[in-house]
Amino acid sequence: MPAARIIPCLDVRDGRVVKGVQFRDHRDVGDIVEHALRYRDEGADELVFYDISASAEDRSLDFDWIRRIGREIDIPFAVAGGLRSREQAAACLEAGADKVSVNSPALERPELIGELARDFGSQCVVLGVDSLARDGAYFIHQYTGRVDRSRDTGLATLDWVREAVDRGAGEVVLNCMSRDGVRNGYDLAHVAAIVAAVPVPVIASGGAGAPEHFRDVLLESGASGALAATVFHDRIIHIPELKEYLASCGIEMRR
Amino acid sequence: MNVAIVDLGCGNVGSVAVGFERLGTDIRLTRDPADLLAAERVVLPGVGAAGFAMERIDALGLRDILTGLDKPLLGICLGMQLLFEASEEDDIACLGLIPGKVRRLEPGPGLPVPHMGWSRLDVREDGAGLRSGDYVYFAHGFAADDGPYSLATAQHGRTIPAVVRKGNLTGAQFHPERSGKAGAHFLRAFLSC
Repeated sequence: MPAARIIPCLDVRDGRVVKGVQFRDHRDVGDIVEHALRYRDEGADELVFYDISASAEDRSLDFDWIRRIGREIDIPFAVAGGLRSREQAAACLEAGADKVSVNSPALERPELIGELARDFGSQCVVLGVDSLARDGAYFIHQYTGRVDRSRDTGLATLDWVREAVDRGAGEVVLNCMSRDGVRNGYDLAHVAAIVAAVPVPVIASGGAGAPEHFRDVLLESGASGALAATVFHDRIIHIPELKEYLASCGIEMRR
Repeated sequence: MNVAIVDLGCGNVGSVAVGFERLGTDIRLTRDPADLLAAERVVLPGVGAAGFAMERIDALGLRDILTGLDKPLLGICLGMQLLFEASEEDDIACLGLIPGKVRRLEPGPGLPVPHMGWSRLDVREDGAGLRSGDYVYFAHGFAADDGPYSLATAQHGRTIPAVVRKGNLTGAQFHPERSGKAGAHFLRAFLSC
């Protein structure tokens, strides 16, 4: 196993970093390259950039900010948001992204996953899912970037993740929506269920509020990495100290 | 230093190019045999599938050029795998420059595949600018067999050659352009080898 990955997620809108609570009320938190460099310097293992408005507004990614980041940072990063075609994915990779992450458009047309995996390899194709519990089971939500379009698809999270991996997704970022931005810990049972269901790496997202939450999800759920936004943007958790703490708990860290 | 980066039109040459540019290297993205012959160093990057990459190499008429080079050639990730005899991915013959085969990584409990993330290196032999204990970034579902040409290895279920060298050929299974300072040291060592 590689070292467990600590992954800051930057929600991007119009080339700026924004952050909301439970996908709402986004506020501007700063320049994208400045954030990327700061996280690289602090020891982030990877970065994820979500263009939160693209998917819901049916517009494609603006590739210029991807190029700016690709030039500046020397750690891997994934780009997500509104990728609907092989051509758009190719443009992202060409601009310097290491992986592309698909969410809502893959739900619209699941064949997209196989097309990307065939041309770029599974290791480039990340499946992003937004999962929320209802009546004791988890379901996939779509178009979560916009309050007015966000909807429950009725698709069981476990079924969709299995299907997407069969189609060629090489990694899963599991966002537990009820935990997003509320900082009360990752949903360990849900992450563990997804880890057990698929052979590919699973990244836990949603709920990080304290170093112990990272420890719990990395020790107990089988996640390959932990993604967070608020605690890093708001400097509640400092990555070098977090990594030192996790290493002291016996978790392999790149430092 | 004049470096030609082979652009097969099937994958991620962008980040490899900026990796060299950050070191102040003069790079050229090309599929023109004349550029490969004129360059001081040749880099064969690649993400994507082995079958499609070999198809592109043949369609562009680059097989004989690549196998006949005597200047330093660096294969990165899939580009390294193509230097071996054959790959289980698409079950195809590769360039056959380094003995050995490329096989699928088998997933297991606590062992997700693709092998994705930062793994610790064991360096067997100096010369690649890397040290044992360095962490570098991997993203691959297939890997070459370990063998006498491994300069550095990593563990993921089995021993994976992270750097191989045979004569003028160097291969990196990891992504030096995305491996922070360790990756930059590796690229510098290639430029001065």
